[in-house]
Amino acid sequence: MRAHSAARIILLSLLAGLVLTVLPLPMWARPLRPEWTALILIYWCMALPQRVGVTVAWTVGLLQDVLQGFLLGAHALAFGVVAFLTLKLHQRIRVFPLWQQALSTLLLLLVIRLILLWVRGLSGQPGADWQYWLPALTGTALWPPLFLGLRAVRRRFQVQ
Amino acid sequence: MLALLSILLMALDQRQGVPEPVRYTLAAMVYPIRVVADFPFEMGSVLARELSGRRQLMAENERLQARRLLNEVRLQKLDALEEENIRLRQLLGSSYHIGEPVLIAPLMRIDLDPYSHLIQIGKGIRDGVFRSQPVLDANGIVGQVDKAGPLSAIVRLITDPSHAIPVRVNRNGIRSIAVGTGNPHQLKLTNLPNNTDIRVGDLLISSGLGGRFPRGYPVARVESVTTDPGPAFARVLATPTAALDRLQEVLLVKRDQQAVRLASTNEKIDPPPGKQPGP
Repeated sequence: MRAHSAARIILLSLLAGLVLTVLPLPMWARPLRPEWTALILIYWCMALPQRVGVTVAWTVGLLQDVLQGFLLGAHALAFGVVAFLTLKLHQRIRVFPLWQQALSTLLLLLVIRLILLWVRGLSGQPGADWQYWLPALTGTALWPPLFLGLRAVRRRFQVQ
Repeated sequence: MLALLSILLMALDQRQGVPEPVRYTLAAMVYPIRVVADFPFEMGSVLARELSGRRQLMAENERLQARRLLNEVRLQKLDALEEENIRLRQLLGSSYHIGEPVLIAPLMRIDLDPYSHLIQIGKGIRDGVFRSQPVLDANGIVGQVDKAGPLSAIVRLITDPSHAIPVRVNRNGIRSIAVGTGNPHQLKLTNLPNNTDIRVGDLLISSGLGGRFPRGYPVARVESVTTDPGPAFARVLATPTAALDRLQEVLLVKRDQQAVRLASTNEKIDPPPGKQPGP
């Protein structure tokens, strides 16, 4: 019973991330949109590595590819790699103070952007400008509130 | 393992080889997410419609009536021209397809990949949408269906950097290809020699040569022509006639590949659709 509701909470948060990813924003804010799903995945990989791992990340990435009309499998690959890195490092990241956590998140988000840039280049799409890297920065800025919020959710519903 | 799988998927998708059922199922799975993201904006427009005053509605009604009258007058002339055209083509021995049936699809307000020009529409395979179906709006060609799901589809606009459409200059029939630039207000014409007879303001219409887009629909208007003795070709930029950044509803042309093949043979000529009285 407990496991069931825990899975549901995680699933709901990931779905919310997907909705936020395609929510219409005004033109000026669109390059600033952080990778919501990636942030939420990183949190769960760090907090509950035994529950959320590479497979979940891969599946969510695939859904995001379909949702955004992206090349199928690009986000899946990027999220899978980042989930793997997070799982490797979660023991260390977990005990960092919040601002250092945000810095390691920045690195992970940059890895995602880099993989997506490679995919773009390989599939013959035009290169990106400096704005392409902005989502990683906004994602980092949003990490502390997101972390506190998700931790509150996790404690409130005792997701384990 | 999963990394290999995703690389395989990407390669397949790039070559358009992902099995249709897989794509269909995935698209069906994410449809609810799209609806949820679209919901607040949909509600907003519904509320705006419900709450708009009587006076406003009457003004709008009046405006639409006037426009309908104008269009009907134009249509009368068009019917006569069409019949004449068909007669002439009959003499030439080629068939001519007119009055392609269309499907109207609303736009879903969700943001897709910001680095390519894609829009989401609220009609899918269940409504008869198919891949590479031409998409128009009231002013011209908008793009073509890129990915079709069961209830929604993704349309690639003609301004997407990876999109190209065969066009013809309406004034003199010079053919070219209009390639997207990534700027929603600009197309680039390729392979036009420096001495081509093309001027600013020329209307470009679809030539129908690729067999994908119906012929004769406006695509863009030439915005600037730069001839430079250095490069071999002139640099011609054009502005799409369709309001690509202000779309609300689009028209999908219901025409299958068969019609293209028929058009090249002259076995049968469709009778012109009778004059339909205004609704």
